[in-house]
Amino acid sequence: MSILETQALTRRFGEAVAVDALTISVEAGEMFGLLGPNGAGKTTAIKMLTTLLPPTSGNARVAGFDIVHHAADVRRVIGYVPQMLSADGSLTGYENLLIFAKLYDIPGAERESRVRNALAFMGLVDAADKLVRTYSGGMIRRLETAQSFLHRPRVLFLDEPTLGLDPLARKAVWEHIEQLRASYGTTIFLTTHLMEEADSLCNRVAIMHRGKVAAIGSPAELKAQVGGEATTLDDVFIHYAGSTLDSGGGYRETSRARRTARRLG
Amino acid sequence: MRLQEQDAPRGGWASLALSRGVAKAMAAIAAFVEKTLVIAELEARKLRHDPTELLTRAVQPVLWLLVFGQVFTRIRAIPTGNLRYIDFMAPGILAQSVLFISIFYGIAIIWERDLGIVHKFLASPTPRAALVLGKALSAGVRSLAQGLVIYVVAVLLDVRMNWNPLALVGVFVVVVLGAAFFSTLSLIIACLVKTRERFMGIGQLLTMPLFFASNAIYPISIMPGWLQVISRANPLTYEVDALRALMLAGGTSTYRVGWDVLILLAATAILVIVGGRLYPTVVW
Repeated sequence: MSILETQALTRRFGEAVAVDALTISVEAGEMFGLLGPNGAGKTTAIKMLTTLLPPTSGNARVAGFDIVHHAADVRRVIGYVPQMLSADGSLTGYENLLIFAKLYDIPGAERESRVRNALAFMGLVDAADKLVRTYSGGMIRRLETAQSFLHRPRVLFLDEPTLGLDPLARKAVWEHIEQLRASYGTTIFLTTHLMEEADSLCNRVAIMHRGKVAAIGSPAELKAQVGGEATTLDDVFIHYAGSTLDSGGGYRETSRARRTARRLG
Repeated sequence: MRLQEQDAPRGGWASLALSRGVAKAMAAIAAFVEKTLVIAELEARKLRHDPTELLTRAVQPVLWLLVFGQVFTRIRAIPTGNLRYIDFMAPGILAQSVLFISIFYGIAIIWERDLGIVHKFLASPTPRAALVLGKALSAGVRSLAQGLVIYVVAVLLDVRMNWNPLALVGVFVVVVLGAAFFSTLSLIIACLVKTRERFMGIGQLLTMPLFFASNAIYPISIMPGWLQVISRANPLTYEVDALRALMLAGGTSTYRVGWDVLILLAATAILVIVGGRLYPTVVW
């Protein structure tokens, strides 16, 4: 059963087409990766699927709800970790979770234990009462993942979850996400441009280029399509998207990515 | 929205549907209030972690009262009826500090947008207007802290204050309303201009006209006609008018406190609705 379906989902900004007739379908319980160079339209696609940005045309259903007409229902069943570091630095880790537990209507009696469990799950118990601005980048990412997961979403959207993290922190974040999926069967929809990660973690990936899906399938399938024994997902990526260097990433996007990287230290 | 009509017995369907509709509306309102308070709580917790901002913000109104107020009280240049000038201006300066705190609130919205915080709140099932009103109330909390400082200074300057508990509650309400109005106005501007640089420009541009085209530090009656018209359309005027009546012993209002509050309430409600519609566009 597909839990996420898009049909010719399109978003224009003036003349530019950020996402061009995106049609994909994701099965429940899958870890699905949306890959592509900067400016390929990955973030725009995620913003539409999380109801932050209305599509120009086409439609999409998440957990059976139309993202335009039943946006409020969609919001109740999804979790979302934006590309930027979105935990509030001027609050403690515990408070960051508490506020979201309240916003997601987790009943008062359950709230405390839910928050404590989430902290334990993400290995943040000792840091719970420290201000988040003192956290390392990896800790912030784990806190955000905990935040997005308090209400047990059916689909979890992660936009470049390991952008700017060092290899150790990255590994920890991925282990936690993998654990979440194993424990709760959550469907995970993520964007990345780290091919190695997509290769080892995603069941299926779609490679986006200039707003369109250039290739879709399991990492093994894609590698087989491009050919050669020693083919890596990097080769696949370059094959479908890498021919041009000028393709992507406006000033704003690059500066945002840099800022995120800087905050991650 | 599904009403689950199939459960309803045939007779009295209409009344049952009606009572369900009412129950549903009540639940929606309760949820709205609850979420608004959660957002306000979030802001209050931030303040508790770092209250220094409140002190640095208090410098400006204190200077106005100490310097401007003292000088103009001495020269008696401004006709303020039976009030001394320092008494007349104290409520005006409270309103001014509420305005100054609130009108730059939008910069925080843009900042939070850049950090991705806004994205996460918008992807949650929180009603948009609750996000906006919660922020507005938190501007009220900050403003109340200013109010406290101004009360202390006013007492030290021998301003004759009204200590009637009901009047104090009134001041509380008017300060929160004023802050809610101007912070929501600021949020709307932030959603329209979208960048910090442009916002700062417009914020600077707005503050002084809003302040000087009001009854904050001189009565409207001494203004030229065209300015009187503008001042009467300025919500700050009604905030000051209500504060002048409530804060001072023997204070009077020009437009009646009830009208002042009603005007502020209506203006704020309209802005919160507009703000709730515009807020999601800040992440586009």
